[in-house]
Amino acid sequence: MLDTAAQTAGARQGSPLRRPAGATMVRGGVIIALLLLTLLALPELLSLYYIDAMIQVAVYAVVAAGLVVLVGWVGLYSLGQAAVLAIGAWVTARLLFATAQPYPVVLLEAGLITMAAGTLIGLPALRMRGLYLALITLMLAGGITVVLATTNFPNGGHGFLGYNAAAVHIPAIRRPAIAATDPAYFRYAVVVAILMFLLVYVHIRTRPGRAWAAIRQSEPAALAAGINTTWYKLWAFALASFVTGVAGGVMAGGNQYLYSINFAPQDSITLLAVVLMGGAYSLWGAVVAALLLQLLPALLHNWGVSADWLTILFGLGVLQVLTTAPRGLADQVPRDIARLGRLLRRAVSRPATRESEPS
Amino acid sequence: MIEVENLTVRFGGVTSLAAMSVTFQPGTCGLIGPNGAGKTTFFNVLSGFVRPAAGTVRAFGSDLLSIVHFRRARWGVRRTFQTEQAIEELSVYDNVAMVHEHAKVTGSSRRADVLGAISFTGLQADPAARAGTLAAGERRLLEVARAVVGRPKLVLLDEPAAGLPDAETGHLAEVIRKIPEHIGALTILVDHDMSLVSACCETTAVLDFGKLIAAGPTAEVLRDEQVIRAYLGTAEQP
Repeated sequence: MLDTAAQTAGARQGSPLRRPAGATMVRGGVIIALLLLTLLALPELLSLYYIDAMIQVAVYAVVAAGLVVLVGWVGLYSLGQAAVLAIGAWVTARLLFATAQPYPVVLLEAGLITMAAGTLIGLPALRMRGLYLALITLMLAGGITVVLATTNFPNGGHGFLGYNAAAVHIPAIRRPAIAATDPAYFRYAVVVAILMFLLVYVHIRTRPGRAWAAIRQSEPAALAAGINTTWYKLWAFALASFVTGVAGGVMAGGNQYLYSINFAPQDSITLLAVVLMGGAYSLWGAVVAALLLQLLPALLHNWGVSADWLTILFGLGVLQVLTTAPRGLADQVPRDIARLGRLLRRAVSRPATRESEPS
Repeated sequence: MIEVENLTVRFGGVTSLAAMSVTFQPGTCGLIGPNGAGKTTFFNVLSGFVRPAAGTVRAFGSDLLSIVHFRRARWGVRRTFQTEQAIEELSVYDNVAMVHEHAKVTGSSRRADVLGAISFTGLQADPAARAGTLAAGERRLLEVARAVVGRPKLVLLDEPAAGLPDAETGHLAEVIRKIPEHIGALTILVDHDMSLVSACCETTAVLDFGKLIAAGPTAEVLRDEQVIRAYLGTAEQP
């Protein structure tokens, strides 16, 4: 037990983790303003083409948030997230065709079922990490994609698989009644994304987040601190799989028709690269990654530029980020803007000082 | 009291600890020996990272080796590492609080315990500062704060002064000396700095190639011919 004097000295110190109130309010204000802009203004301002793209941004922001947990917080490089997304989409489609359950319930069920499957995919993480884990998860993702390509996504058929190859009029995957149109579904997708971000945020700011940060830096140090590393690694995979499964469910309603080609295993590699580029250590990085991955191709396509160029651009972007800003664009851009602001202020104030000097 | 009996650790054909038997009495005990003597391996056995081929460790009446590694913090084992392991992403406060919450310390306020542990080490850093921004000496103190939080029974310090300048080593020595009295934990200190070991430890054990070659009061042990030979390769004083 520590001596009373030390405790009293410690207790005298201020609240240890409280941000300055002004900074917190500004941060909160910016987030609320951006969310209001996204929910209220964007659906009115954007064309349907861009609204469709933004639905995908909402979906992939959640997938990227799952990767932020795995890569940024625990240090587990998973290359199987496209397959996990596919599982979420498959389960959602099957449940929507088979039952009349409300959409949120189906999303929750899809998340939980994907969580179980994704945790199984994460089992190798208990024994390995780094390149080997990346390879194993990529191979598992490849296997899942092959199975899905063979069995196809549910399209209103009978049986467990729910696929009917002979169907002429293939029914669309239903959407929630309150979000039947694209703008309404975009709002729905954003609200689901916000809930998933909150779930992840609560995790990384509390006990599991501290345990994951310790595991990422040093497993022996984590064990010595009393952290059950096996449990927390599985927890990370479970959380990432849950949110990715829910994202798959939102994607099912967004696309309304699902094809295995939408979930190519190599997409997991691009996804990881873009998350590293956006910033694997913060949820802002997940948003940046989703914009790069889904909005940028839509913009290029609209401008008549082939989206294939993005592979080169992402490659260069990852190189740039890894060499100059390991915490990603979400960290680098605000810092560079602040630095630019300081430079400009200095440049503006210098002549004024000179003028005020006596001749 | 820690009673080690016939502790043997083998890595393939290499015997890292050979039938080590020693008793550590309450207080601060030194564990010294040349590089590769098996000191860190011994700490790894106590932490549960290495499973010994044979032997027992009874710690305050408990069979320490039967406890799963991550539960040993809950039992009361804390340690620092040769290469310091401050968790850079976390704040100073969270680095210490993490141990407190996972060691499941009950019956006291976490906030008071954590700030008390930080204060005990004399670490002057802002508790909200990210550990990644701390200087080397501060990171070492942070590790010690993690090691003393939450009523530990056994504190293992693995070269806590490695790379520190003399002034910081002096401060660390004061902190280590206070641990048994203020924290109430048996402390084992591994270090190559003999002045630190002399300053902190009443008793010292010496390992050489996995074998215990001396144990007893520190001053006597450091004069032991076999110990001098193990360190300098000769029995003659330079």
